[in-house]
Amino acid sequence: MESIYYSLVNIVGEEYVSNQKEELFIYSQDSGMMDPHEPNFVVLPKSTEEVEKIVKLSNIEKIPIVVAGGALSLSGLTIPHQGGIILDLIRMDKVLEVNDNSRYAIIEAGVTTGKLKAYLERNHPELRFSMPDAPPAATVVGNIVIHGQGRLSQQYGFNSDMVTGLEVVLPNGEVCKIGSGSVSPYWFAIAPLPNLAGLFLGWYGTTGIITQLGIKLYPKKKLRDVEVFLVEEPKLVPDVVQRVTFTEMPEDIFIGAQPYPPAYKDLIMIGICITGDTEEELEFKRKLIWDALRPHIDSKEGGFMVMTPEIKQELLEIPSSSTTRFADVLKGGGFEYCGPIIPVEKFPEAYKKLLEISSKYSLTYGSIGRVIGRSHCMMFTFGYPFNRADSKNIEITKRALYDANVASLEIGGVPWKPEVPAQKLIMEKMDKNTLKLMQSMKNFLDPNRIMNPGNWEV
Amino acid sequence: MSDYATQIHRCFRCGYCKFPSNFIDFNCPSYKRFKFESYSTGGRLWLLWAWLRNEIEWSEHLSEILFSCVTCRNCVEFCPMKFKEDIVDWIVSIRSVMVEQGKVLPKVSEFLNNIYRDGNPWGFPRNKRDAWVNNKDRYSTNDEYLFFVGCVGSYEPRGQEMAKSFMKLLDTANQSYGILGTDEECDGNEAYMLGEKGLFKELAQKNIEKFEKYKVKKIVTLSPHSFNIMKNKYSGLKNIEIVHYTQLLHDMIQNQKISFSTRKTKVTYHDPCYLGRYNGVYEIPREILENIPGVDLVEMPRNRENSFCCGGGSGNFVYDLLGRSEDSPSIIRVREAYETGAEFLIVTCPSCKMMLDDAIKKEGLEKELFVKDLSEFLLATMKQGIINMGSNI
Repeated sequence: MESIYYSLVNIVGEEYVSNQKEELFIYSQDSGMMDPHEPNFVVLPKSTEEVEKIVKLSNIEKIPIVVAGGALSLSGLTIPHQGGIILDLIRMDKVLEVNDNSRYAIIEAGVTTGKLKAYLERNHPELRFSMPDAPPAATVVGNIVIHGQGRLSQQYGFNSDMVTGLEVVLPNGEVCKIGSGSVSPYWFAIAPLPNLAGLFLGWYGTTGIITQLGIKLYPKKKLRDVEVFLVEEPKLVPDVVQRVTFTEMPEDIFIGAQPYPPAYKDLIMIGICITGDTEEELEFKRKLIWDALRPHIDSKEGGFMVMTPEIKQELLEIPSSSTTRFADVLKGGGFEYCGPIIPVEKFPEAYKKLLEISSKYSLTYGSIGRVIGRSHCMMFTFGYPFNRADSKNIEITKRALYDANVASLEIGGVPWKPEVPAQKLIMEKMDKNTLKLMQSMKNFLDPNRIMNPGNWEV
Repeated sequence: MSDYATQIHRCFRCGYCKFPSNFIDFNCPSYKRFKFESYSTGGRLWLLWAWLRNEIEWSEHLSEILFSCVTCRNCVEFCPMKFKEDIVDWIVSIRSVMVEQGKVLPKVSEFLNNIYRDGNPWGFPRNKRDAWVNNKDRYSTNDEYLFFVGCVGSYEPRGQEMAKSFMKLLDTANQSYGILGTDEECDGNEAYMLGEKGLFKELAQKNIEKFEKYKVKKIVTLSPHSFNIMKNKYSGLKNIEIVHYTQLLHDMIQNQKISFSTRKTKVTYHDPCYLGRYNGVYEIPREILENIPGVDLVEMPRNRENSFCCGGGSGNFVYDLLGRSEDSPSIIRVREAYETGAEFLIVTCPSCKMMLDDAIKKEGLEKELFVKDLSEFLLATMKQGIINMGSNI
C-alpha cells in the first residue's frame, strides 16, 4: 500500500492524497443508513489526465476506485465496499463552456449544482438547468449518474435525459468522448450517433468515470409562481396530474404528504409551478390549470390551498432547503428515503404502502415526489428521518426502507438510486437476459472489476 | 453529558454551510483551502462526534482539522437547520476539551502560552505594548472614550499604523480619549475561540478590573475581535458602551467633526467576520466610504453576510494553518478584490489587514492593489486638503 500511496502522490501531489484515518473515516460513509467501509486512500485529482493515470495505476495494482462528488446519494453509492481509492472530484470544478445558441454547457465533473446555478445566474441569466432539490453541494454529474430529477423534469424528463455529451475515463484508463463531441467541437447532442451514454448513466461509476459533461440548458423565464392543489383521496392524484399535465402549462409538479403539522395530516399536496415572462402569461397559465381542475373543485373533492407569502417563497426556493431540514425532524441528523420511480397511476398504492409501513414501524414519514415528463412516470418517496445517535431507531428505519423497496417493486415501480440491498432486489426481479447483458457489459468494460465494486454485482 | 455532546450528531452534513447564499463558490475557508470533506463544517462535526464516542482516536491531524476552523460563522449564516446558532459554540466547546487534555497543536499551544505569559500571542515583552506610541496620555476619567488598541494594534506594525491613523482622526475631531498602554491586557477573543476558556476568563477579568479602576464609560476598539468579545462575552460590562472604531468615525462624520476632500479612486471593502457576521455591522463602513467625494465603492462578488473570510480568525493571523497555498483564503480574497479593478482594498480589522497585505505581496500585486484600513484611507483623504463638505451620512 505504501508504494500505491507514493504513486498517487506523484500523480496529484502530496497535499491531495490522504491515507489518514480522519479522511478515511469521513469518506467511509454518507449521510444515509448504509454501513460504513473505509477506503485505503482519498485522492483529489484536478484533471482528466490525473484521473486517467490513477485508473491505470488501479488496473496495475488491482485496487478498487470509487468516485464521489458531493457523496449525497444517501444510499451509500459512494461507500467503498471493498476499500481502495476514493476519488473526490471536487477540484475539477470548471465550467468549461456555455453555448448560448445551442443552449448547452460543458462542465467538469466536480462542478456542484450550486456553482452551476450561480454561474448561469451571473453570466447567462437567460439560461437555467434542471436543478435538483439536493443540497447545492451535490455535483451535477453525480445527479446525472444516478438518473436524478430536477425542477425541469416534468417538462423534459430525467436529468440524465438532458445529457448532450460526456468525456469518460474508461476502466482501462483510456479517455473517450461520447456524443457529437466525439466528432465535432460542439457538444450539442448524443444523437445521431449510437447512444453510448447509456453505458455510463445509472451505472454508479461501475463502468467508467465521467470527467466532463455536456448538459442541456433551457430558457429561464422572468417570473415563477406556485399553486398547491389539495386532495384527501389518493386515488384522485393520477387524474389531477393527468389534467394538469394535459394543459402543458406547468414547469414542475411535486406531490407531498406528511403527518405534521396536524393540519397537513391526511392531505395530499400537489404543487404546480408555473413560469412566464409577464404577469399576463402567468395568469393565462393559472387559468388553464384552474379550468382543468374545475371538476374536482366543483365536486369539492379538491381545492387550491391559500398560502402565505412565506410558504410560497419556501416552495419556490431552488434548491429546496426545507427538504434538507427534514433530517432534523427527530433532532437526529438523519434522513433516508426509498424513492422508487413508479407509473403515476400507481400513486394510490404507493401512498397506501407508505402509511402501512410507517404505521408498522411507528415511524413518522415525509413524502415528496415529482412528476417526470408529461405524466410519463413519477418519483415517489418513502421518506423517514432517523436519529444517528439511536441505534435502535436506525435499525427500525432500515427495516422500513427494506419494506419500502419490496413494496415499490410489488406495485410495479423500480427503486431509484438503490442501495446495494435494493439493487439485489431489483436484479432478482430483472429479466434474466437483461441481467446477462449487464454482466457482459461490466465484464467487457471492467475485466479487473476495479470500478465501484459491490454495486450492480450480478 | 454537556450540551454539545448530545446535539452535535444533528448535523446532516448537507453542505449548505460550505457556500454563501448564492452558491457562487465555496465560502468555508478551511474547506476551500483543503477540499477534503473532513475540513468542511459537517465533516469536522462528524469527526468530533466520532471522537467523543471513541470511534476514532485523537491525532495531531484531528486537532489540525479542528483548529483550522477560523470561526468565521459562514456555517452559522447558511446552515438551514434550527441548531445553526450553536455550531461555533460546539466547535469551541470541543476545542476546550482538547485544550484541557493538552491535545492541541504545538502552534496553538505556543500561541496560548504566549498570551498567558506575555499578554500577546507573539510573546513580545509586556512592557513594549505601548512602545508604538509617543507620549500619549493614559486614559483618565475625564476622557470620553477608552481606546482599546488590542494585541495586533499594539505590536504589529500594520496594526500600529491603523491605531495611529485612528488616533490622528480622533485628535482632528477633538475627541477626548486615552489608552491603557501597558495596563491593557489581550482582549481574549482568540483565547475564547480556541477553547481556552480559563485564560479567557482571566483576561476578561483583568480588563474589567482595569475598566472599573479607571471608571471607564465608553470603549472604542480598533479590532472587531475585541469589539466582539467585549460586547458579547464579557460579563459585567453592562454600563459600559462598546463601539468599534468605524462606528465612532461614523458618528464623528455625522457630527461634522471630520470631513474630506475629493479623492477620485475606486475602492472595495472587505467585511471582517467579527464585525459583520458576528455583529451585523455591514453598512457603516460602506456609508463612510460612499460619502467621500470621488470615491467609487465597488463590491466584491462575496460581500456582507456572504463575505469570504481572510483566513485569520481563531489565531490564524499568527500561525496561519490555512496558508502556503494558492487556495489560501487570503490569496483568494485579494484576487477577488483585484478583479473588481479597485485601487484600494479597505479593511477595518488589523488581523484582516495583516493577512491580506501578506497575500498581496505573495501575489505580486503590491503596485496595483493597496490594503488600507479605513482610518488610514480617511486620513490620507483629509491630508490632500480639508474642505468642509459637511456630510450626507
